[in-house]
Amino acid sequence: MPSLGSDMEAGTLVEWLIKPGDIVKRGDIVAVVETQKGAIDVETFEAGVVEQILVPVGEKVPVGAVLALIRSEGEAAAAPPPAPVPVPERPQPQAPIVTPGRARISPAARKHAGELGVDLAGLTGTGPGGAVTLDDVERAAQSAKLKPPTAAERHAAMRQAIGAAMARSKREIPHYYLGTTIDMSRAMAWLQTENERRPITERLLHAVLLLKAVALAVRQVPELNGFWINGESRPSQDVHVGMGISLRGGGLVAPALHQADSRSLDELMAGLRDLVQRARTGSLRSSELSDATLTITHLGEQGVDTVYGIIYPPRVALVGFGRVLERPWSVNGKIESRPLLQATLAADHRASNGHRGGLFLTALDRLLQEPEKL
Amino acid sequence: MNTIKTTYREAVREAIREAIRQDSRVFLMGEDVGRYGGCFAVSKGLLDELGPERIRDTPLSESAFVGAGIGAAMGGMRPIVEIMTVNFSLLALDQILNNAATILHMSGGQFNIPLVIRMATGGGRQLAAQHSHSLEGWYAHIPGIKVLAPATLEDARGMLWTALEDPDPVLIFENALLYNLEGELPADAGPVGIDKAKVLRSGTDVSLITYGGSLYKTLDAAERLAGEGISAEVLDLRTLRPLDTPAILASVAKTHRAVIVDEGWRSGSISAEISTRLMEGAFYELDAPVARVCSAEVPMPYPKHLEQAALPQAETIVQTVRQLVGGHG
Repeated sequence: MPSLGSDMEAGTLVEWLIKPGDIVKRGDIVAVVETQKGAIDVETFEAGVVEQILVPVGEKVPVGAVLALIRSEGEAAAAPPPAPVPVPERPQPQAPIVTPGRARISPAARKHAGELGVDLAGLTGTGPGGAVTLDDVERAAQSAKLKPPTAAERHAAMRQAIGAAMARSKREIPHYYLGTTIDMSRAMAWLQTENERRPITERLLHAVLLLKAVALAVRQVPELNGFWINGESRPSQDVHVGMGISLRGGGLVAPALHQADSRSLDELMAGLRDLVQRARTGSLRSSELSDATLTITHLGEQGVDTVYGIIYPPRVALVGFGRVLERPWSVNGKIESRPLLQATLAADHRASNGHRGGLFLTALDRLLQEPEKL
Repeated sequence: MNTIKTTYREAVREAIREAIRQDSRVFLMGEDVGRYGGCFAVSKGLLDELGPERIRDTPLSESAFVGAGIGAAMGGMRPIVEIMTVNFSLLALDQILNNAATILHMSGGQFNIPLVIRMATGGGRQLAAQHSHSLEGWYAHIPGIKVLAPATLEDARGMLWTALEDPDPVLIFENALLYNLEGELPADAGPVGIDKAKVLRSGTDVSLITYGGSLYKTLDAAERLAGEGISAEVLDLRTLRPLDTPAILASVAKTHRAVIVDEGWRSGSISAEISTRLMEGAFYELDAPVARVCSAEVPMPYPKHLEQAALPQAETIVQTVRQLVGGHG
């Protein structure tokens, strides 16, 4: 099938003008083929005897297909096929730059490693040129997940986290500190009477009184309860009090007692017990760890008189309590021995002023003078 | 659905016929489009059917008849101007760039140029270095015109009417190797959009971004890659100006790897533009350098084996993807 136009790929044979045995000479019309451009006469460039018709009328064949065989004078057999043409080497494009010592990490792999917390150092790349790829990062994240961290690694990670949060707090939050001494005699007396009529398992700790009092007092000064996010104060409607709990081995968590302002003392006591137990067995819920709106640090058991706390960002206040200790106290012009408590407030000056902080401590004191209402 | 068997050539012819029948302002003009039926036989039979008013043979002067088309468009007509091949369109480049693409701006918005210029492009037919190049990427450089590259029967049938509806100049590049492409088309096939790229094969490991004559080589490569467990997505750009950048970025955001297949030369090409857009818009999604399969930077050779070696081929695409995907899987 001859090419009857540069874009012709195939033609349909519509008529044969020769038959086997015919003698043809160069230039004879031998067939008619139909193409996109119309019916076209096909002439032969070879002279000889028609040996065989290979394509029947009506068949469409590609350009280059053999239509018929013509034996030229003296020809015996078909010529051998031409030797294959060697394919030339394709020149390679400019090779990419390789800087020795610089890790080959794809942009997507680097980004994904950041999201998953995968350490890229030491990863073996399987991508082009040994580059670290998304797959490599995924695999590393999978194997890291399969191998649980050791206690020492967990501890180190926790110190890292505490360190990062505290450093950020001290760097970013303009803390102000206020302190007051609270006479706890009424509160302790009420607690003693209350506990005497309760079975041991249901007795209350004074920490619960402090917790409830803080939760109620902060409702009166809402700018201490909430967060500082993106340059603005975001007070919270709910009061979720984060309780600083130190863990064996040196860790520290501050899980939240939710809705502390509206729960009874018994509920708070049960909640506190549960929280401490679960904090120490490591089964806290993520919401408890993240949604506290205010923190209390109570270091009285450790013999501390006064706590000067660092706010846990993005919260805006931390209330610190020392131990309750019998000390001399002036009452109506007379020195008496009273159980006293140092209460301190560390607050974010961006979210509140000292005046409001002072009102909070005053409210706290007043609430603790009426323990039966808590 | 009721379908008909057709070819790319017939689809373009049908689009021209329908446009001329539906809109009295539409006519076709160009070298040999009338009595000869078009140098690629696209307009064969249309002169007899539609008459010399609507199918007009022109003198052999690209600058003159493209300029006449611009004038007719300004005068309220909707001309379809056919140029034999993109290489010859360079004779009309002054008209296309300095007039068609510019008059709307120069006239302060007074004159739109609703002109459509069709031309054949591409190599692979042993027509040597003056008839075989793919210069559509050059035209995609020019603000003020749209550049279409129909690769499928649907687009060959449907892009012309949408282009004629456009108030501004539209260039349609028909890869000459596609004219004989056969396939099925819905009997009621009609106009298609010209503003969106189209995913013709969905995949997850690599995006093969292409258009025009390279589409079928790319689909072939994708099929072979599937046999090796590599899932390639094939994006048919369809329109080179304006590029559907969101579609390009979305595909690569999914696969994280890109190979651009372009029959044009590599340097300063549409493939370079696409690669740059990927850097600008999807850098952090890339898991491997963007790769390109383009034509060799030589005048198109005449000998068949050299010409085939100079053009993008399915095998080259497959090899490029293998290197890019590396240790995947």
